[in-house]
Amino acid sequence: MNPSIREQFPILHQEINGHPLVYLDSAATSQKPRAVIEAVKHYYEYENSNVHRGVHTLGSRATDAYEGAREKVAKFINARRTQEIIFTRGTTTALNLVASSYARANCKEGDEIVITQMEHHSNLIPWQQVAKETGATLKYIPLQPDGHIELSDVEKTITNNTKIVAIAYVSNVMGLIHPVKQIAEIAHRNGAVIVVDGAQSTPHMKVDVQDLDCDFYALSGHKMCGPTGIGALYGKKALLESMEPIEFGGEMIDDVGLYESNWKELPWKFEGGTPIIAGAVGLGAAIDFLEQIGMDEIAHHESVLAAYATERLSEIDGLTIYGPAKRHVGVVTFNLGDVHPHDVATVLDASGVAIRAGHHCCQPLMRWLEVSSTARASFYLYNNEQDVDRLVSALIQTKEYFGDAT
Amino acid sequence: MQLDDLYRRVIMDHYKNPRNRGTFDNDAVTVNLNNPTCGDRISLQILLKDGIVQEAKYTGEGCSISMSSASMMTEAVKGKTMEQALDIANRFSSLMKGEEVDFDDYEDLEALSGVNKFPARIKCATLAWNALRKGIDEENKVQ
Repeated sequence: MNPSIREQFPILHQEINGHPLVYLDSAATSQKPRAVIEAVKHYYEYENSNVHRGVHTLGSRATDAYEGAREKVAKFINARRTQEIIFTRGTTTALNLVASSYARANCKEGDEIVITQMEHHSNLIPWQQVAKETGATLKYIPLQPDGHIELSDVEKTITNNTKIVAIAYVSNVMGLIHPVKQIAEIAHRNGAVIVVDGAQSTPHMKVDVQDLDCDFYALSGHKMCGPTGIGALYGKKALLESMEPIEFGGEMIDDVGLYESNWKELPWKFEGGTPIIAGAVGLGAAIDFLEQIGMDEIAHHESVLAAYATERLSEIDGLTIYGPAKRHVGVVTFNLGDVHPHDVATVLDASGVAIRAGHHCCQPLMRWLEVSSTARASFYLYNNEQDVDRLVSALIQTKEYFGDAT
Repeated sequence: MQLDDLYRRVIMDHYKNPRNRGTFDNDAVTVNLNNPTCGDRISLQILLKDGIVQEAKYTGEGCSISMSSASMMTEAVKGKTMEQALDIANRFSSLMKGEEVDFDDYEDLEALSGVNKFPARIKCATLAWNALRKGIDEENKVQ
């Protein structure tokens, strides 16, 4: 990876607690390159207006910028049509949209919704709620000891009664990629739709929703160098057309009467209210930035870094890494002996190293791992081997600091 | 940022040699509290009789700050009246806001004064105290 990439992230060039910042929490949110910050600034300084309303010039500029960003998202994940991209607040909102609209209309008692115990809360609780309200049954695909899924278990779990299969493409804790394409094939063979949580995959690897043949795919802008507050839901056109909106108001209507109204066509029928225009513009700039570098290049960089991190971390006595021995992506989750992850994160922070500690919005997975919480280092295109070395030496200091607790 | 401000010897002592850790069989008030942001959890048992905290024990999982704070809290309130216990809890809240507070009744608590310099850790230190307040509230409701 070209070292100049790091230069493009202003936030990385500062000291934290007297040490140069090492940011290893990109799975929570990524940092933003100058190009994205400038795009948002430029939008507010030269284009800001409401979209799809004004006849004036600024109105057209804002609409072009907003709709241009939608085209970029569509191309980035290879959607067949731009109208299949609905802008949302993020992955959580996108998944909740599918749950509230599609799932409530299509699930009833006796139906099944299939997920895994590894899902982020945002791809678990919406389905729990749907199951409770419709009488559908929530089923879990079993996990292997290192966290991966066997397709034979998928075959056994998904049945003719399954209506929805919801799964993350990449786990935010275990650093592994699920065989979503194969799972989609099994789901379709049984007449179910598949909903893919793409929060952790979209920023880090090439995604092709047509090749995966997924029915829905959710993503967050802020994890892929874009601003917070913007994300997208991809859905196959026929499915989106069959769905009712869940938010009603301005922007999404075609004709409003006193007792009846009807909706705009896709994608706008799902975008009630003034949308997150500047966020979409920033997301578009983030996509340009990532594509300039190349998603394959980014994926390669992270997998090399993850392998190096796994190797270096394994040298530390008493450190346990969770998940597969060979990481698929740049996420390494671990515990340092009996030192609580909170304490680890605080000691690391004193050395300028930022990691995540806690349950990572995955309480059911923590229970499956039989831990209350873990520490997690996650890497992105701006990290390098020096960052890993700083992490390792800070962990060794932590061990010394807590003495016999390890 | 000085780590030693946070992890004082007294704190590490309570963490590694917790006081009042465990449970007891009695007609006690039990309070279960979680810290949903990090997964820390505490189960506090307090026995209140004649307006006095006769016994206090806890179990749970958490970081050095939350568990040492629980250990100190139970030590501090045992044998105190409910009013005294709440007064200590109030002083502890002031301590977390960075105010100067005396704990003549249980000086170990002063070791937690460094926590207020680590804003992300204040909720760790206050978990056990929130459980105490909840327990006393429940007891008052019963009476």
